[in-house]
Amino acid sequence: MALLDFASPPVSSQAAAAPRDTLLRRLLRRPSAVVGLIFFALIIAMAASADIVYPDDPLDMVAQPFLWPGQDAAYPLGTDMLGRDIASGIFHGARVSLLIGAVATLVSLVIGVTTGAVSGYYGGRLDAGLMRVTELFQTVPPFLFALAIVAILQPSIPTITFAIGITAWPSLARLVRAEVLKLRHGEMVAASIALGASDGRIILLHILPNTLAPVIVSASILVASAILTESSLAFLGLGDPNVVSWGGMVGAGREVLRTDWYVATLPGLAIVAAVLALNLLGDGLNDALNPKGARR
Amino acid sequence: MSEPVLAVENLSIAFASGRTTRRAVHDLSFAVDRGETLAIVGESGCGKSITALSLLGLVPPPGRIDGGRVRLEGRDLAALSEAELRKVRGARIAMIFQEPMTALNPVLTIGEQIMEAILEHERVGRAAARDRAIALLERVHIPDARRRFSDFPHRLSGGMRQRVMIAMALALSPAVLVADEPTTALDVTIQAQILDLMDELKRESGTAVVLITHDLGVVAQHADRVLVMYAGRKVEERATADLFARPLHPYTRGLIAARPRLGSGRFGRQRLVEIPGTVPSLSGRPSGCAFAPRCALAEVACTVAVPPLVAAGGGSVACLRSGDVHVPEHRREALDA
Repeated sequence: MALLDFASPPVSSQAAAAPRDTLLRRLLRRPSAVVGLIFFALIIAMAASADIVYPDDPLDMVAQPFLWPGQDAAYPLGTDMLGRDIASGIFHGARVSLLIGAVATLVSLVIGVTTGAVSGYYGGRLDAGLMRVTELFQTVPPFLFALAIVAILQPSIPTITFAIGITAWPSLARLVRAEVLKLRHGEMVAASIALGASDGRIILLHILPNTLAPVIVSASILVASAILTESSLAFLGLGDPNVVSWGGMVGAGREVLRTDWYVATLPGLAIVAAVLALNLLGDGLNDALNPKGARR
Repeated sequence: MSEPVLAVENLSIAFASGRTTRRAVHDLSFAVDRGETLAIVGESGCGKSITALSLLGLVPPPGRIDGGRVRLEGRDLAALSEAELRKVRGARIAMIFQEPMTALNPVLTIGEQIMEAILEHERVGRAAARDRAIALLERVHIPDARRRFSDFPHRLSGGMRQRVMIAMALALSPAVLVADEPTTALDVTIQAQILDLMDELKRESGTAVVLITHDLGVVAQHADRVLVMYAGRKVEERATADLFARPLHPYTRGLIAARPRLGSGRFGRQRLVEIPGTVPSLSGRPSGCAFAPRCALAEVACTVAVPPLVAAGGGSVACLRSGDVHVPEHRREALDA
């Protein structure tokens, strides 16, 4: 190999002739990632088609209460104790879950990645200060923290999203900081500085892209945990009362769990599917994003 | 004679640790002209790499330059702001590192990285930068440059990556190229190719090269002048041919004698000659000549004061006993070889 270094047409043409190895292609080689992707796509499809498939308000009472799944073809998943269509609730609930999960994660990402990158790159007092703030947030259990914020601010989709986002970033900040620290004193950064690159450029171009794999993986898990947190809040009655939510449906169904368990179980399964899909996807992305793990 | 592109004047670099300050580089002066290669040699820990970094204003904290200055094309680097320094780095003085494996960004293609080096300093369009990057890849003899442009670093061999690093360093035709052990991580055949490439590019562009190395074979073939450092000080500076023909400082002689060679000795092999002892640490430097404890020629005077640099043999040397240099007959033969 060493001797071939100078000019070796066979080696170079072979390398160049390899098919473009896209992220999606690498993702699709992993069965668990494919399962995650399918579930995730289904949930997105449900959220997107909710208004078309179930144009009416899912909170409307449309049929007699306690219709079991399959009992009436018009209501394939049955109705709850108030006669609301459970299938419609699950479709519309997907929207709320995804919206809150995505936006809350975005909030966490912005705060966490910025804090972690600045902290890890500049070090010193700035780092110490930012890490103390991070620890301050970490000392309060995130769920209780979110619960308190929502209780104070009144439950609505924006406040729930904010509460989840503002409590979920510390772990991300620590992760990014650790990754940045690893790269900060390496030769790659030294070489960029020697080429005259500015701090901002080094962080954005050289450091953050190299921390992307763990960040994306934890982002997908953050979306999952945001969905869980939102469901938990709704279960406890701190959901937005004007929209249907999976957690709220489970909460409502728990009163009839012994007689009509499907009322709580079906939206519960939707939560499980969404969280599982995101975790599988995160795992798959973890492998697929590692350039050294690429097959070719 | 015109002013040298790079002039280092009485440079001292100190590291502060707690209340104590330790000097890593003492009163170092040298100059490099356009198109010239100056090699800085010495054992590990003698201040070579920190000197290299100081040329770009990159002494890592807690180290700092506490005396003297570095003048690049007549400008004192210490007088520049951080923003001005950034404009100089990469554009007027560039550096290549020892480890091409870790110095490239694994998530960007090599072409993008060369483009970035250009875009950082010049307001040119991406298409123009791309063309220049491809031209640079061709200039460092990367076959099939147009295709290689979109390869990620992990698809390249070590030698190829070092070529990419050189292409990035030369992207803006700097006046000075600092190469810190550029071939140490590469195997021997690739080393020769990389060094030949650097020589070729130097001839084409007139870039001055500061080559940091501990490999005297590399020095003999590629440097015009050699600066020997020991424990943070210059102990000898001579034209390469003079230095190898008649080394003046006992340390230089020790370095030359310690080179492995083929076919010498009675059975075609012999024990390597080593210099006894190690470089003293920053905290434990003796008074007087730092090399005295390891030097066979040392006398009492050597331990009293640091020997001054004096003109000798077409260069300079800092040794009280350099006039008494006596190379044993059997070694001289080897040195001349």
